[in-house]
Amino acid sequence: MSQQFSLFARMGKDLPLSILHELTCELKVSRVMTTEITTLPSTASMQEVKELLRSHRISGIPIVDEETLVGVVSVEDLILALEQHALDTPVSRFMTPQVLTAHPEEPVFEALKQLERQGIGRLLVLDEDGKLAGILTKGDIMLGLLGALQQAYDRVERLGRERQPRYFFEALVSDETSLILSYHVRPNDFTQGGRASAQVKKALLQIGATPQLSRRVAIAAYEAEINLIIHTDDGGHIVVKIQPEKITVVAHDTGPGIANVELARQPGYTTASETAREMGFGAGMGLTNIERCTDEMHIWSAIGSGTRIEMIFYVPPEESA
Amino acid sequence: MKVKEIIEAIAGEILVPPAVDIEVDRAFAADLMSDILAFAQPQMLMITGMTNLQAVRTAEMSDMPVILFARGKRPPAALLELAQEIGIGILLSPYTMYETSGLLYQAGLPGMGKLPTVQQQ
Repeated sequence: MSQQFSLFARMGKDLPLSILHELTCELKVSRVMTTEITTLPSTASMQEVKELLRSHRISGIPIVDEETLVGVVSVEDLILALEQHALDTPVSRFMTPQVLTAHPEEPVFEALKQLERQGIGRLLVLDEDGKLAGILTKGDIMLGLLGALQQAYDRVERLGRERQPRYFFEALVSDETSLILSYHVRPNDFTQGGRASAQVKKALLQIGATPQLSRRVAIAAYEAEINLIIHTDDGGHIVVKIQPEKITVVAHDTGPGIANVELARQPGYTTASETAREMGFGAGMGLTNIERCTDEMHIWSAIGSGTRIEMIFYVPPEESA
Repeated sequence: MKVKEIIEAIAGEILVPPAVDIEVDRAFAADLMSDILAFAQPQMLMITGMTNLQAVRTAEMSDMPVILFARGKRPPAALLELAQEIGIGILLSPYTMYETSGLLYQAGLPGMGKLPTVQQQ
């Protein structure tokens, strides 16, 4: 029920009117009718009617003789039989022989109008061959409409989600999906520092990565970006490869290279210039921070040829759809 | 602690209002961006005297919603523009970093608590 209430709460606001219109006009009787039908032959007694109504908690029973609908008996008919102390008489005496019927392909809207007009509780649904295919009550119509509305709402929500993915890489599917983002970082350009990493973070959030994962990648990429600005002769590149199960960030440059990688990884070790320190960097914490944010970090470096830092982040399984 | 309470505690000024009506649950004060990046958390207030663009970038990367500049150092217009664009709040305190932090701590905004020592090279 709560799902239905919340559906009503949301309905007016963001369910397009066209969908409501489509539902009431196009929902077919066959989609909402009850197909598990309990029937009795016209020779059955009103006593049997009473027991069946009570045990099945229904309000009417179709009377069928040799697969042909001959009438319907309701609670009102039973009350009449009780008043006359005639429970042992056959159904045929109390049933209504003129039965109002509907067609399975008829719109629910038409059936509802008929129910309203005739002031009756149920319509019997007959197929092409005139055989009983189902029963339709106002309750069936209400539940059917709610179900169809829920489906319609889910459809609207799904469409919305495709525009704004809920899971990582939800909107992009292939046998081997990967997305490459590439950035050029200029040396000594502190005003542009962080531009690449900010764009990486934005892209990750856009394709559905969680804020936590996007943040870890952004912080590591940012430290690497700042390193390129501070330390390189000719700048470098940041290349981000995004795959459904992992994100790989590579920062590479052409020099000068790190003399002692092990030493450079120690917290507080720095060779940064005064300018870098004035900007709030160069305190020897960059690689330490990168290592803390990544699942794996690999550094290759050689004096004169450059440095390559590879940062790997695994996407937690619950984040990929 | 809400932005309004921060401003009251330090007799401060709002230079760029935060994107949404945010609340911070702790603060970190440093001029070293790498130190801030090492300890940053969402919902954390950054207190710094470093008034360059990297302060805003640092907050952006680490989801810090507000930066408070200490010692009355009014940041350049380019910084305010970037903060506005990203949606990071910028506040200004007339007190030094020490006193700004002290006043906020006194008003009930906690820090990181006791930390382990780390040997530096």
